[in-house]
Amino acid sequence: MNPVASVVDFHTSAKLIGAGLAAMGMIGAGVGLGVLFGSYLQAAIRNPAGASSQQTMLFLGMALTETMGLFAFVVSLLILFGS
Amino acid sequence: MANQPAIDPMHQFLIHKIVELPTFHVGKLAFDMSITNSVASMIAGAAILILFFILTARREIVPNRGQALAESLYNIIDRVLVGPIIGPEGKPYVPYIFALFLVILVLNLMSVVLAIFNVGGLELTFAVTSQLAVTATLAVLTFFSVFILGFVKHGPKFVTLFAPSGMPWPMLFFMVPIEMISYFVRPVTLAMRLFGNMLGGHVVMSLFGSFVVALGIVALSGGLATLAFIPSALSFTMIVALTGLELVVAILQAFVFAALATVYLNEVVNFGHGH
Repeated sequence: MNPVASVVDFHTSAKLIGAGLAAMGMIGAGVGLGVLFGSYLQAAIRNPAGASSQQTMLFLGMALTETMGLFAFVVSLLILFGS
Repeated sequence: MANQPAIDPMHQFLIHKIVELPTFHVGKLAFDMSITNSVASMIAGAAILILFFILTARREIVPNRGQALAESLYNIIDRVLVGPIIGPEGKPYVPYIFALFLVILVLNLMSVVLAIFNVGGLELTFAVTSQLAVTATLAVLTFFSVFILGFVKHGPKFVTLFAPSGMPWPMLFFMVPIEMISYFVRPVTLAMRLFGNMLGGHVVMSLFGSFVVALGIVALSGGLATLAFIPSALSFTMIVALTGLELVVAILQAFVFAALATVYLNEVVNFGHGH
């Protein structure tokens, strides 16, 4: 089923709006990633010698932050393509 | 606009059989042994990995290019992850983390790099890591082997993992359920992270790919519609940029999966030291 082509009934349109609203949870992940990399860069510029040792931690934090956004993404996909 | 192809980014994730094989019964369970596009991609990935090991597993003092590549990959796991996070006690677990890293890396890179050959309905590769079943298998395998290792190494006192030390005892009624939920949600997040990243990337790439074709067909109708070549070309530029981004994501997600497996192992191996 092509969800975009079949916006005819109330059920489908409500589903599309709901999927869009659910995807808004990714805003938080975007803000979080910005804060994360911003603070990393700030700290790295102040103390470049210690920057490379914290890179693993940076990627770990990125993964954990991103997961929250991906939950929203998966919920949105479930609304769109789930029965 | 007559024969415009439908924009259907989820079609690439459909599993279909390539070779039909007879169903195989064990008791009441039926196993469909047919080779699907997913299985074929996994076999190709395994073949690439085995070939990689045959070509690069040498032990010369002055390494050739293959050995240097293999050693730098091994260093990522040994000296960047396991060394600083777990310490010297982590050495026995390096092979498992390294295998996890290589499998995810190869499957991710295959799905991004070889995707350029998936043109005109010819589906040569399949994004194996964007199937939740595959990522969940890897995550559950990692999580439960770490969890069982905890009980094997430390016995029943491993359950004190759920009770953070140094707090008044009435708080335990709140903290233990919270800690247990946050512990047992780990395989879910581990699976969901890899799945979501790969699925999202492929959907976006496929969407921009269909924009190129759809807008190109609009532009071919002539007249003022010829201007549609501009957004079509922009979408194409976008695909090139996104492919670069997806390459980074493919490598990063393999690294992140290995890193989180290492962090979970660290809690078990250094249990009682860090708390």
